[in-house]
This record gives sequence, C-alpha cells and structure tokens, in this order.
Amino acid sequence: MNDRLKETPSQTAGPYVHIGTAPQAIGRPALPHQPGPVIESNTGEAIVIEGLIRDGSGTPVRDAMLEIWQADGMGRVGEYGLFARATTDFDTGIFRFQTVRPGQHAEGHAPHVAMLIFARGINIHLHTRMYFPEDRETLTKDPDMRRLEPEAVATLVAAEDGKTEDGLPLYRFDIRLQGENETVFFDI
Amino acid sequence: MTTAFYRRDRSQQPLPLSPGYKSTVLRAPVRPLHALEQTVLEQTGPALGHTPLGPLDHDLIRNAATTGDALGERIYVFGRVLDENARPVPNALIEVWQANAAGRYAHVRDGYLAPLDPNFSGCGRCLSDAEGRYLFRTIKPGPYPWPNNGSDWRPAHIHLSVFGEAFSQRLITQLYFEGDPLIPLCPIVNTIPDKDAVDRLVARLDLRNQEPFDCLAYRFDIVLRGRRQTHFENRTEGL
Ligand SMILES: [Fe+3]
Repeated sequence: MNDRLKETPSQTAGPYVHIGTAPQAIGRPALPHQPGPVIESNTGEAIVIEGLIRDGSGTPVRDAMLEIWQADGMGRVGEYGLFARATTDFDTGIFRFQTVRPGQHAEGHAPHVAMLIFARGINIHLHTRMYFPEDRETLTKDPDMRRLEPEAVATLVAAEDGKTEDGLPLYRFDIRLQGENETVFFDI
Repeated sequence: MTTAFYRRDRSQQPLPLSPGYKSTVLRAPVRPLHALEQTVLEQTGPALGHTPLGPLDHDLIRNAATTGDALGERIYVFGRVLDENARPVPNALIEVWQANAAGRYAHVRDGYLAPLDPNFSGCGRCLSDAEGRYLFRTIKPGPYPWPNNGSDWRPAHIHLSVFGEAFSQRLITQLYFEGDPLIPLCPIVNTIPDKDAVDRLVARLDLRNQEPFDCLAYRFDIVLRGRRQTHFENRTEGL
C-alpha cells in the first residue's frame, strides 16, 4: 500500500543550463544572490578544487553544471552548510570551486564535499563525493567507504596539486562518467 | 530536527542510458549506483529560497525587455510545490530557462537559424509561498530541431531547476505542454519508461486562471522527495 505522491521525474539540464543557472558563463550578469563558484567563509582554511569531467571516450564534458554542498570549516551543516555552483569551461572543460576545507559533520565519517553533476546526456543528476587525500586513515574506518572496494574509494579522493596563484591549497578532482576508473555515484 | 527522506523511486525516473538520446551513450555510468544512508548533510540544504528576488525575476515577458514585451503566446505557468507526503514546500526556489517563441535560445552555443528576440533572455525564477504555490509569466517557447538521429525535434518545453529544503530534494526537469504532438516522439521524453511519469511532466491548460484579453494559463505541480514519517505521525493520521 502506498498512497504517497510520486516524485516529479527528472529531465536533462541540456546544453543551455547556463541561461537559468549560471548566466555569467554566457556573458550576462548573475542574478542577485545567485550562487557562483566561490564560497566566502571564515570558518576554515580556504581551498580550491579543480577538475575535469570525462565521458566514456575520455573527452572532457564542456557543458556541465556542478553543485557542491558541505559542512563549514567547523563541521556544521544545516543553516551553516556551504553551497556553490560552477560550470565547466567551454574550451577546456575545467571546473573550479573556491571553498573552505569542510569539518567532520557526522561521527566516524571522513570530511567530504557532496557534489551533483548536471549535463546534456545526464537524465538525472549524478551524486558523488570528494574526499581529501590527507584523510586516508579515517577513510579506511568510514562507515560509508568501508563497504567499497579500495579502487572504488580511490575514485572519490582528490589529489593534492600544489598551490593556486593566490597561494591556496589546490585539490584536483577528476570525474569519470563511464568506463575504466568510473567514479562512484551514490543513491542517497 | 532532521529526518531521512524516502529513497528515490527510480521507477519514476528516466533511465541513465537511453540510446535513442545519443548523448547518454558516452555519459551514462555503467556501474550501478551505490546506496548510502543519509546523514544530516543530505537532509539539509542551502536556504536559497529565503533571499528576496528581483521584482521582474518571475516575469520573462518583461525582465529582459528593451523596446517592448517579448514576442509570443503570453502564458502564466503556475502550480504547487509539494513533497511525496502531499505537504506544501514553502520557499522553494524555481529557476527557469527556455527558448523564445521561435524556438531559439539566447545562448552563445545555440546556432539554430530561427531569430533571437531582443526583448527576451529566457531566464527567470520564482519562489513558492507558504502554501507551496508558485507562478511565473512568460511566452510559450517554440519547438526546435537538434542534432540527434539526424534532425529530431524537441516539443515545446521549459527547463525548471528546483531547490526545496534539503539537498536530497534537488531536482532539474522540463515541463511540456498539453496537446503537443511532439511529446511522444521526443527521445529525451522517452528516456522515462513509465508513461504515467511522463504525463506528470505535462502542464495542463487552465482557462479559469487566464488573464482575460492578455494571458493563458498552464498548471504544473511539482513533487519533491518527502521525509519518512515517524510512527507517531502515522498513528495520528490513521485516527
Ligand atoms: Fe531545451
């Protein structure tokens, strides 16, 4: 017996997602309070996350929109949670977020950044997570990661990639939609 | 207090790999999704629906106008944002984008030969009120051709991006219009195997809510994931 309403079906965001969600990507001003790729927060260490999304042929996806949601630097979510949105570059395919290193928001869980991917050819958004390479120890005990093969966990761990031009720690997080080293996507 | 959301009912959702829609062939993951229990992170979300919008954000006929109103069939799109428990979702942010009346997007990447409308950007947004009701005013978008199996045609549609109260409820979809003969022919529509689910993406003409001598109205309700109910709540509802 189930008299619940049914969730509205998803449809692809398509190649023109920028018009409604990231107008700055097509040379128009963002709307007031519309989220962009930079999170200002004094709760933790500022960091930059950069990466590519590759399709099953290895080609960078140049028309994607990504959203991140994470705890603040002190591990607080809810009204303190941090949200940002970025699009992949039309030429290089690179996306770039500036945020703060998230704190731990749940006992035993390694800090992470939740990430959604929307694009042409993606009928319902993909949900993944980015973990930090310095948390490898915690990750082996993390209740979510313990149930995954080590190679699968590896697809969720960013790589340290030096510093940005502004001296911020740079993390590289590449996503593989399909095929060898396919990124783990979640049903949460 | 936060409680978990029902797991997403994937039978109501499109298939990731749908070869009729060519772009899915290299972009759909092959491995199954990995199911996780929610933490408080997924049960909360950004409060994007709590900041005021610009006065014309919900009016696509005027919000990019330079010499006059946007061209086309003037319509309201309205409805309610509910959750699976049929409770209204207040303060939902709905961002919309669409082609103009000729089927052309004001986007650097759209090369369709149909003309741009200098008074139309195709970008808007609105918030749901305390009862979950939302409304925006626009022109009915035109169908357009796209490179898929030669030249396929998209039915007229409006793209909608919805934020409810939690990250778990995040949804991007497309709204179609009642009576459009292109709907059953569209490979993107047909990524959804369940015909009733497709039907729930079709906005209905609602003459009662027209603006006489001005504007037709289409009704479209949006359902986001709902929170699991406690035993106490179930018992109360059963009385
Ligand atoms: Fe479209």
